[in-house]
Amino acid sequence: MSETRTITVEVNGRSYTRTIPTRLLLADFLRHEIDLTGTHVGCEHGVCGACTVLVNGTSARSCLMFAVQADGRSLTTIEGLAAADGSLSILQQCFHEHHGLQCGFCTPGMLMTLTEHLRDHPDPDEDELRTLLTGNLCRCTGYQAIVEAGLEAARRMREQGGVK
Amino acid sequence: MKPAPFGYHDPKTIEETVALMAQLENVRALAGGQSLVPMMNFRYAMPDHLIDLNGVAGLDILEIGDNIRMGAMLRQRRIEFSEELRAACPILHEALLHVGHRQTRNRGTIGGSLCHLDPAAEMPAMMRLLDAQMTAFSVRGARTMRVDEFAMGFMTTALEPDELLTEIRLTPWKPGHGYGFHEYARRHGDFAICSAGVLIEADFKGAVSRLAVVVGGLDPVPQRLSETEAAAIGQPISAKLVEDIVAAAGQVETMSDAHVSAEYRSHLAGVMTRRAMTTAIARLGVKAHV
Amino acid sequence: MSETFFGASVLRKEDAALLRGKGKFVDDVKLPGMLHAAFVRSSVAHAKIRGFDKQAALALPGVHAVITHDDLPEPMRSRQLPLYVPNPHMKQVFMPSVLAGEETVFVGEALAIVVAESRYIAEDAAALVVVDYEDLPAVVDPRAAIVENSPLAQAGAVNNIVAQVPIRFGDTDSAFAKAPHIFSEKFFMHRGGPFFMECRGVVAQWDDATQKLMMFASSQGSHRFKRAFVDLCDFDESQVQVVTNDVGGGFGPKGSFYVEYAATAAASMILGRPVKWIEDRRENFTATQQERDQYWDMEVAVDGDGKLLGLRGRLVHDGGAYVTWGLVLPWIAATSVIGPYVLPAYHLELIVAMTNKVTCSPVRGAGRPQGCFVMERMMDRIARELRLDRAEVRRRNFIQPRQMPYNIGLTFRDGKQAIYDSGDYPKSQQMALDYFDYAGFEERRKAALREGRYIGIGISNAVEGTGLGPYEGATIRISTSGKIVLYTGATPQGQSHQTTLAQIAADHLGVSYDDIRVVTGDTSSIPFGMGTFASRTAVNAGSSVHLAGIEVANKVKKLASELLEVSPDDLILKDGGVEVRGVPEMRKSLRELAHMSAGMYGFSMKGDRDPGLEATSYFKPEQSTYANSCHVAEVEVDIETGHVKVTRVLVNHDCGRVINPMIVEGQIVGGVAHGVGNALFEHLLFDENGQPLTTSFAEYLIPMATDVPNVDVIHTETPSPLNPIGVKGAGEGGTIAVIAAIVSAIENALTPFDVTLASMPVTPEQIVRLTRHKTPAAAE
Repeated sequence: MSETRTITVEVNGRSYTRTIPTRLLLADFLRHEIDLTGTHVGCEHGVCGACTVLVNGTSARSCLMFAVQADGRSLTTIEGLAAADGSLSILQQCFHEHHGLQCGFCTPGMLMTLTEHLRDHPDPDEDELRTLLTGNLCRCTGYQAIVEAGLEAARRMREQGGVK
Repeated sequence: MKPAPFGYHDPKTIEETVALMAQLENVRALAGGQSLVPMMNFRYAMPDHLIDLNGVAGLDILEIGDNIRMGAMLRQRRIEFSEELRAACPILHEALLHVGHRQTRNRGTIGGSLCHLDPAAEMPAMMRLLDAQMTAFSVRGARTMRVDEFAMGFMTTALEPDELLTEIRLTPWKPGHGYGFHEYARRHGDFAICSAGVLIEADFKGAVSRLAVVVGGLDPVPQRLSETEAAAIGQPISAKLVEDIVAAAGQVETMSDAHVSAEYRSHLAGVMTRRAMTTAIARLGVKAHV
Repeated sequence: MSETFFGASVLRKEDAALLRGKGKFVDDVKLPGMLHAAFVRSSVAHAKIRGFDKQAALALPGVHAVITHDDLPEPMRSRQLPLYVPNPHMKQVFMPSVLAGEETVFVGEALAIVVAESRYIAEDAAALVVVDYEDLPAVVDPRAAIVENSPLAQAGAVNNIVAQVPIRFGDTDSAFAKAPHIFSEKFFMHRGGPFFMECRGVVAQWDDATQKLMMFASSQGSHRFKRAFVDLCDFDESQVQVVTNDVGGGFGPKGSFYVEYAATAAASMILGRPVKWIEDRRENFTATQQERDQYWDMEVAVDGDGKLLGLRGRLVHDGGAYVTWGLVLPWIAATSVIGPYVLPAYHLELIVAMTNKVTCSPVRGAGRPQGCFVMERMMDRIARELRLDRAEVRRRNFIQPRQMPYNIGLTFRDGKQAIYDSGDYPKSQQMALDYFDYAGFEERRKAALREGRYIGIGISNAVEGTGLGPYEGATIRISTSGKIVLYTGATPQGQSHQTTLAQIAADHLGVSYDDIRVVTGDTSSIPFGMGTFASRTAVNAGSSVHLAGIEVANKVKKLASELLEVSPDDLILKDGGVEVRGVPEMRKSLRELAHMSAGMYGFSMKGDRDPGLEATSYFKPEQSTYANSCHVAEVEVDIETGHVKVTRVLVNHDCGRVINPMIVEGQIVGGVAHGVGNALFEHLLFDENGQPLTTSFAEYLIPMATDVPNVDVIHTETPSPLNPIGVKGAGEGGTIAVIAAIVSAIENALTPFDVTLASMPVTPEQIVRLTRHKTPAAAE
């Protein structure tokens, strides 16, 4: 019983049309159907947040969506954060400067969650970011450097007068 | 942890949806997916058919007036960020900040949380507190029931297998009413071990004119302290009143599991209730006779 | 190039790919024709397996194989996994077969491997395999397991005791007989599992034509996995290549060789196609190795001044069903108790029990947190009983710097006498306390108490044996393009080796650290390796890089000196070449020199040279080198709920010379977060039948961003005399002492209730039970 559907999804500005099993999770679609392996799978029950992507600009756990639900939607993944010329976003750059990643496995989720939040809330304080990041688990960094990177990115983005 | 195979259906109207639900066996409805999909990935839930509600028109209304009407598919996110709703019914916003995390609230729905009916979930407790009315639809037509009729037992609602929850309706309390919500969870966003919600109105003499207290997480369904609420009408707002309510909360029969004992849960019920009462009274702006 | 990279907080080379989502984790590997595996796992803790019904599973479209023990190729089929850390004290050695044959001994044990077109179908099929179990009694509690006539965890065992060893020095009988004060305490400690964000996984590709096995793995040591295959399958070493690319955390248990890896390889051998197995989170909770329960029954003897006279007692350790890590974990716990203190006499009866649970194996800290916990709780106890300040009791007992090197009198897990080589423990504590304003805390605590708030402070000190041998190697090679590559068997999972090892090499080779590509975890690139665990890489691989770097630099200079006709002493390596000091025009590029050293086809090699500008070094430490730390923690306790918030942590960490302060700080802060988890949140529960009760992230609580405070890290640098670069390990130092510091702080916050805390984790319910019916003493 492998029921399939044909879907068209826009990911990082590029359109993909695929025929896939209806039970295929969105995370698996991204990673294995269209080979965007930057989104990571850590738990498949919606706690760790490593699979976080933006669906029509809103963060969501891609392990808790079926690929068919993304039909007609516009997604952003970690691969879509850097500019066309390859230069890192301000947030990515701040992660680099503040050692906001060690093994890098939770990092895609951290970046997507923070990208959404800083876009909508350009002047967060530390408590706000820590509360936000409870939806993303990290076992390596102890979160401190991630929070610092987020606060610094917000500061730089405010200075620049907007979102990169 | 991949889900078992299922037939996928994405109806566009309520009529289509309920027709499918009447025809098919072993069906689950997919709302926000934040509770159902983990269960499917663990294979604790193995529906033969999944009906995706995310494309069904008319299920995500939000109307705020003398009554508040929320479509079952209204995203928790919209509830969180609606200034108008927050003004009319502030306790909803306060409780919602404890519900999961940003990503789960982005997709999670009010109807999904109610139908899942986890004993520790905040939304069912708030609906109980607010005496919400639920409307369900099926091929037989619409049916309305009170939330205490809706929530029957451990993760069990009164919905028939072919009924779709479509709307939740509640009446906001008077502007300026006191409200307080407190819960204890081990970490931010975790299911509450115990929660308490209080709504209170006072007359011009500073006596209780209306009181509602709900405790969640003790019993499979949220518990109102109905008797104690009734006894409080006309009473002056005082430390004694608070302690009476707290004592009643401590009397609620309480579950126990591998992680948390009934005794501790019951103790927390008293603590959370006291805090919720204190917060609600302070917000009321009435001087408490402490 | 006058810049020195050693000691600089340079940014990481790893980030460029990881930040862009271009990491190469094992599940990112995609090979043509690749199939997917899922395991059938035991649903009972102990049973005889009478047979399997595979029919329904095999009938499912898309299923290629359902492989059980009897289907495995020889010699894998008849063998157990090799034990790499034998210990003569082990009376019974049970190691797993690749797939459980006739008996299963823990819930989650791998019984069969199902291979299909997709993981989805493989799971469908696995659910259809019927296992015929004949239930046997399960042993769950290690204390019950060691009682005579307890049911057996392994049917073929004599009893449930793996080892019963006295660990001792000095004369405890006499010390206790003479002691004016004796205090006793029972400790319960639970440490939970690693819970890396990336689950385990391998991709195995057997090529029948070349008779070679290629394996991609998420591991902490590619060479270890290779060695296990060579031993298990009687391969020669050319027949196995293991490559570990990016790894999403390891923390110890990814260093073990697991049955699933062999089973996946066997599946590839049988099917002739690549097979991928990625562990899911549910499997991770039951089949990945973990730490678990320890029960310590201890008494301490002190003199009137609070100085230690002796410590003795018993440790019962839950080892699980197999002995994959031998006695390593409990041994480290038993020998870490002493810490930085003078202890004249010690006697611990170490008992390691078998139980029907997954093997217990080291997780970040590896037993040191437990040892530290015993001593630090005892220190607090002594302080309380003798009415001394907690820092003062410790001060009175410290090993003094002038006593270094200090032989504590025990054999450490490296097989050597534990000799602390360097460190200034009194200064370490004093610096930490001054920085934290420990002296002013008691006033703050009382002021908070008057406001109805319960805050507390705790101190903890630890000494950590790091830099374990036997070796880690490095090969540095200059390519004919002039580009430099560094190969090592170190296998990182976030520890930034690609950056730190390049930093060391760069200083010798006159290039930027960015110009050195570091290749880790590829068994074909360097013949011998051990892996990244136990805080050993900076010492071992770092030293090897240092030595190889010097050797390559000398070869470069020698070759250049011949060409430029100057003495090698007049040459410096700079900016990708070598030049005469003060005469930059007299210069040869590395590229030129590499070409020369590779020889010209058909012509004789000049001089007596071997080809290549390269060197390989295997640094072999004589013994562990001992790092140390002092942790100070502050907490606030909500008395009504029992909730503990860790509000501040300070770590004064001495890991000798620091290669990259930013990276060390990251390791410490991350380690502290793990310790917060152990102190307050993490507990793997089992029921009386051995069924795991915590099997998801909803039930097992790891710290979130709101649970870990900002951590202040101070570095002290007491260089190690035991390796050429003076470093000590830093990977676990954040975890080891912080657990005791937090529990100490909770106890301090609860001073008005006069409670004693002797367990980890400490839960809110526990705190409420201890305080609820007591009237707190008034704040003086």
